Amino acid sequence: MRAAVLAALLLAAMPAAGAEERRSGFADMSAATQAMQADDAANPGMLWVLDGEGRWSRKAGRTERSCADCHGEAAASMRGVAARYPAIDAERGEAVDLAGRIALCQTRHQEATPAPRESEASLALTAFVAHQSRGLPIAPPDDPRIALLQAEGAALYRMRRGQLNLSCAQCHDDNAGRRLAGSVIPQGHPTGYPLYRLEWQGLGSLQRRLRGCTTGVRAESFAPGSHDAIALEAYLMSRAAGMPVETPAVRP
Amino acid sequence: MARVILQVPATAVRGSVIELRALIQHPMETGFRPGSSGEVLPRDIIRRFACAWDGEEVFSAELHPAIAANPYLAFTTIATESGTLTFTWKGDNGFAQTETRRITVTP
Repeated sequence: MRAAVLAALLLAAMPAAGAEERRSGFADMSAATQAMQADDAANPGMLWVLDGEGRWSRKAGRTERSCADCHGEAAASMRGVAARYPAIDAERGEAVDLAGRIALCQTRHQEATPAPRESEASLALTAFVAHQSRGLPIAPPDDPRIALLQAEGAALYRMRRGQLNLSCAQCHDDNAGRRLAGSVIPQGHPTGYPLYRLEWQGLGSLQRRLRGCTTGVRAESFAPGSHDAIALEAYLMSRAAGMPVETPAVRP
Repeated sequence: MARVILQVPATAVRGSVIELRALIQHPMETGFRPGSSGEVLPRDIIRRFACAWDGEEVFSAELHPAIAANPYLAFTTIATESGTLTFTWKGDNGFAQTETRRITVTP
């Protein structure tokens, strides 16, 4: 009898991962790292945002147009944009992430060669655009094609992969909040990308973070910008829906 | 030119202690790490940072390989006269950067 009561108590005390208590990785950081993110003068990610701000108004490509020439003030036109990506690109009829969207814009409207993914130029502009949504809740678009993508992403999230035969869910749902070696396992909400990671000593994309995890379980990484990568991102964003955007976040 | 974020109060009361904060983008390559080819990457760090108030140095720091990329320095000084604060960073491979900010000191 006592054992049964104890077991029931233990079950009740166990956090229901995901649904009830969602935590940004911010909550699990040390006070010093939190202070670093909270203060724009100390947050190194702001260096990239500053760089992106310069690129926003720099004319480029055959049309000699800057982002600002079409979109105007980013603070108004880009507010909330990052919170709803990945989204469907109307012309292609398929989903793109924010970095992909920017590259498409550069190709179509500036007639420029877009900066390669994860280059400093791409990261800076993406960080600048995403920064305009800081504090706004993540709001994936209400589109059946995105819903389909989220379902695909959810399947990828639960699929065991790699030599270690682990799925994302086994760490980030089942064991979130516990420790892997010395580090707290976060719930894996992509609230602050591109973000400054102390381990990287630089700004990096969600794709880079996913690469860290996939190589960690000794699986083949998702190709950046590939259908699978965007599906997984769409699922992660739906999982984090309603949580505030933190770009540029700082993580250990 | 490296990107810099400086936090300097625009005004200060004479004799008060003010905090100055400086963040600069720099890789701070230690000179001990092997690159992707296996060769040790040459050292590339900022060696010295200094802050001068109207030409008079009020703070300086020597930086070493253990300092993280994009070094952030926060320090305090006493507000004396209205003038120009000059921040300089000097490092390997001829790295040199200077930034200036005006500050107004009220009695």
